[in-house]
Amino acid sequence: MKQLTIQSTGIAGTLESSDISITIEQNEDKGIEIQLKSTVENLFGEQIKKVIRETLEDMGVNDALVRANDKGALDCTIQARVTSAVSRATQTPCYPWEVK
Amino acid sequence: MQNGVKREIPAEVAGIGPLKPYSNQLVGGQAKNTERLKDRQLNPAKNKIIGSLEEAIRATGLRDGMTISFHHHFRNGDFVVNMVMDVIASMGIKDLVLAPSSLIDIHAPLIKHIKNGVVRRIETSGLRGELANEVSNGLMDIPVTINSHGGRARAIASGELPIDVAFLGVPSCDPYGNANGYSRGNTAASACGSLGYAKVDALYAKNVVLITDNLVPYPNVPFAIPESQVDYIVVVDCIGDPKGIVSGATRYTTNPKELLIAKRAADVIEASGYFYDGYSLQTGSGGSALATTRYLREKMIAADIKASFALGGITQQIVEMHEEGLIHRILDVQSFDLRAVESLKDNRFHHQIDAEYYASPDNEGCAAHQLDVVILSALEIDLDFNVNVITGSDGVIRGASGGHCDTAAGASVTIINAPLIRGRIPTILSKVNTVVTPGSTIDILVTDQGTAVNPLRTDLLANLKAANIPVCTIEELKAKADKIVGEPAPIQWEDKIVGVVKYRDGSVIDVIRQVKRNS
Repeated sequence: MKQLTIQSTGIAGTLESSDISITIEQNEDKGIEIQLKSTVENLFGEQIKKVIRETLEDMGVNDALVRANDKGALDCTIQARVTSAVSRATQTPCYPWEVK
Repeated sequence: MQNGVKREIPAEVAGIGPLKPYSNQLVGGQAKNTERLKDRQLNPAKNKIIGSLEEAIRATGLRDGMTISFHHHFRNGDFVVNMVMDVIASMGIKDLVLAPSSLIDIHAPLIKHIKNGVVRRIETSGLRGELANEVSNGLMDIPVTINSHGGRARAIASGELPIDVAFLGVPSCDPYGNANGYSRGNTAASACGSLGYAKVDALYAKNVVLITDNLVPYPNVPFAIPESQVDYIVVVDCIGDPKGIVSGATRYTTNPKELLIAKRAADVIEASGYFYDGYSLQTGSGGSALATTRYLREKMIAADIKASFALGGITQQIVEMHEEGLIHRILDVQSFDLRAVESLKDNRFHHQIDAEYYASPDNEGCAAHQLDVVILSALEIDLDFNVNVITGSDGVIRGASGGHCDTAAGASVTIINAPLIRGRIPTILSKVNTVVTPGSTIDILVTDQGTAVNPLRTDLLANLKAANIPVCTIEELKAKADKIVGEPAPIQWEDKIVGVVKYRDGSVIDVIRQVKRNS
């Protein structure tokens, strides 16, 4: 599988209810590190981390520092926000910052 | 023997027994005291009015270990609890049992009185905000007792919860203690409407201290609390913040999810078999419950059905239907908004009731047992239909028992309006974290994703099916939610018990444990 290297910082998501804000930064050779703050941490903290980790691995990201601020997002939302943040941090054009 | 008016009175009469001859001398305050009469005319402010809270507290004989009570009709605008507790603390009285009808965010300063030993134990219906967080974190050595409104009234009336001193804030009061939650004589600044919870305390407490910011001429009619029950009166500048006491207007929700639940609930009521001319109802102040009344109103007009009475916490929506002639009588234990306060003052069939009449399970008949339909809310409900309205999804206390289990037990049709999920938090669990109301008294769950009927109520299920209302099982609803949000991890608890939840009959239905904090 193609490996993706995080080159810069990528941000996706908001702090609205039912959303999650994801910030992805370089974490060279240190693996995937997740710093999670969540309004539902007691109930879904492990599940949220698992979804973030799996989404990154599926995209071929092995090293990343992820800061996540969750407001009760569903798994599908978390996947979408992580995917967007990675594409922005790797300068891949699929999810650009702005509308052309 | 000659008595005080010079009549010959025998010492004893066969069949009646010894007689006590009338005496002209002052006997137990029975003879006219002309000196005091004059004093009253010259100085109408005298009599029960005491110069300061501290003097009043001293006059009641309050001492260590006693039980004191308050009402929560001023809701989050209440100044009375904090004011009284500060004075009690400064007098060095300790180890008190605090038995208010409820406690709210504004009562956070109680934390310091618990830490410094002034308050040893609390009995309340609800607990919110910082105080609730601290209690859930193990602040108190003795757990808090949670009572329902009917259960508290029953405990006080039966002597199970004896109150030594009740400190009751009253928005209008005359010099002898006739008091009310409003005034027909002036615009009471702290008007709260019904004093339904306070009336129980005034009747049964050994000492009653009224605290008012609105002294009116004698006699203050109509009154909720009669002078015959009042020992002392203290006049202060301000007993509450009007903005926190009543909301100006209870607005209808615009949340489409709540509107959908409301519409479904109204359809369910219409089909239940208990929607008939002369039916009775209670709705809470929650968004979807209020909206349900709006849909019900349309159905009532269309079918020419009138309600005999509306019960409980009263809102603008209920008042408007009353004034429209759709609800004949209002039985008001608590007025939620300004319109309800005004209506209690102006509408003769809007009647103030006390909490014992409202919901006590132990007397010769309470209004809650006359209910046809009640719409309630739930933080959590489980597959056995047990409902939690006291602890949040994190296990922390953040709610109130209120009249939930009282009306659920009394009503012919008990409906829970709740969204299937709130954000990522599911409403239906395999087991609720805290049981407040037993599932055997809950009949129908209405969510935005479907309606479930308690299998115990085959009659209601048949009625809904006959009316083509789509019904599913509560297990199907739970599966639907779990598919969207996943299965939440269970809450981690410590061993320490921080709350004892009592059912309305005084039995213990559940306990609340301290929440485990990782790190």
